[in-house]
Amino acid sequence: MSHPTFNLDGQDIPFSEGQTLMEAATAAGVYIPHLCHNPEFTPHGSCKLCTVKVNGRNCSACTFPASAGQQVLSNTRELNDTRRALTQMLFVEGNHLCPGCEKSGDCLLQATGYHLGMLNSRFPHFFPHRAVDASHPDILLDRDRCIFCELCVRASRDMDGKNVFGIAGRGIHNQLVVNSPTGLLKDSELTVTDKAAQVCPVGAILIKRHGFETPIGQRTFDRQDIGTEALAREQTAEGLTHD
Amino acid sequence: MTEKLTVATTSLAGCFGCHMSFLDMDERLLELMTIARFDRSPLTDIKHCSERVDIGLVEGGLCNAENVHTLREFRRHCNILVAVGACAINGGLPALRNHIPLEECLREAYLDGIGVEQPGIPNDPELPLLLDQVHPIHEVVVVDYFLPGCPPSADVFWKFLTDLAAGREPSLPSPMLHYD
Ligand code: SF4
Ligand code: SF4
Ligand code: FES
Repeated sequence: MSHPTFNLDGQDIPFSEGQTLMEAATAAGVYIPHLCHNPEFTPHGSCKLCTVKVNGRNCSACTFPASAGQQVLSNTRELNDTRRALTQMLFVEGNHLCPGCEKSGDCLLQATGYHLGMLNSRFPHFFPHRAVDASHPDILLDRDRCIFCELCVRASRDMDGKNVFGIAGRGIHNQLVVNSPTGLLKDSELTVTDKAAQVCPVGAILIKRHGFETPIGQRTFDRQDIGTEALAREQTAEGLTHD
Repeated sequence: MTEKLTVATTSLAGCFGCHMSFLDMDERLLELMTIARFDRSPLTDIKHCSERVDIGLVEGGLCNAENVHTLREFRRHCNILVAVGACAINGGLPALRNHIPLEECLREAYLDGIGVEQPGIPNDPELPLLLDQVHPIHEVVVVDYFLPGCPPSADVFWKFLTDLAAGREPSLPSPMLHYD
C-alpha cells in the first residue's frame, strides 16, 4: 500500500492519515528528541523538545499532524541548540544531582542531555525547595526531579482511572500534587502496579527497593544513545509501524 | 611544541575524587608529563599560580568565601579555565544543603546531631565563612570548558588534555559523557 509522504531533513517519510509528525518519523526510524511524549498516551505538547520547523515555522512534532509535501527540519544545529537550552532549563529549575539519583543511567532527561551533548547547566540554578514524599510503603515521590511532563497525571487519570496526580501552581511555583485527604502518597489510591507508578521518565516517581538492581555504568543509556533506544521502544508500541 | 603546557589544579567544595580520577591515568601520566607541567596543584603543593598558566582545572563548587577567592585567582591566572566534575558544574552533592537554612545545617553538624561531643559551632577567624548556598563555578567566573562526571574518568582527562595539546578543539565522544 502506498502512503503520502512529507520531507524530513531531506528524507521522504511515509505517513497514514491522522498520524502526527512524531508518529510517522518514529515508524520510519527517525528519532526526534522528546520528553513529554510517550506513544501510549495522548500527546501533551508541553516540553517543546520535539520542536521542528514545518515549512519554516516552529511546531511540536508530537502534536502536529503530518500532511503531504511538508518540508520538515529536525536535526539541525539551530533546533538542537534550542533543545539543549530547554534541557538545561529543566535541569536548573529542579534539583538534578545525578550522582545521587537512583534513576541515573535509565533517565530520559539525562539521556536527552547526553544525546544533545549538554556539558553544563548554563543558567543559574534555582535550587527550589520541593518536598519529598516518602510516606508510601512502596513508592517514593521526589519532587526535586519532576519535569512536569504529566505522564503520571495522564496515566493515573486515563489508564488507572484513579486521578492520583495533578500539577498545581504556575510557572516556577509548579508542584506535583497528590490527590488524597492528607496530600500524602500513602493516603492515595496509588499502588505499585499502577501505570502511574511506572511511567515517570525521570527519577521523580520511583518504586522503592529496586533502585540498584542494575549497577550504575551498566544501565540503558550507559550502553546506548537514547535515539536508538527510543526508536526500539516506541516502534513496538501499538499502531506505529506501517503495513 | 617548544614549551610544555602548564596545568594548574585545585579542589574547592569537592571530595578530591576528580583529582583521584585524574591520577587514574596511571602510566599515561608519564606521557602527559612529556607535554605538560604542573603548576599550582595539591599534587605539587605549590600554593599560588604562576603569572600565566595555560590550563586551570577546577574541581568542586563554591561553599565558602575562600572557594570564591581561590576561584577568582585561578580565573585571573589561567588562560583556559575548566570546570571538572559534577560539583564544579552544578554544585553536586554538597548542594543538597541548599534548601536547608545554614543555621540548621550548623546546628545539626555541631550542636544537636547524633554523636556530637563538645557541642559548639567552630568560629575561629581563620575559618572561611560559609556561603548560604553552594554554587556551581560558572555562576561566579567565565568557564571555558566543562568535563562532566562524578568523577570524569581518567580517559576524559586524557582526551581533553591531549586534544588541547595537539591544538584540536576538545570534544568528548558520547560514551565518555556521563553526569554520574
Ligand atoms: S532524574 Fe535524571 S536528570 Fe534528574 S537527577 Fe535523576 S538521573 Fe539526573
Ligand atoms: S512525577 Fe514524573 S511523570 Fe509525573 S509529571 Fe513529574 S516527571 Fe512527569
Ligand atoms: S515531546 Fe512534543 S512537546 Fe514534549
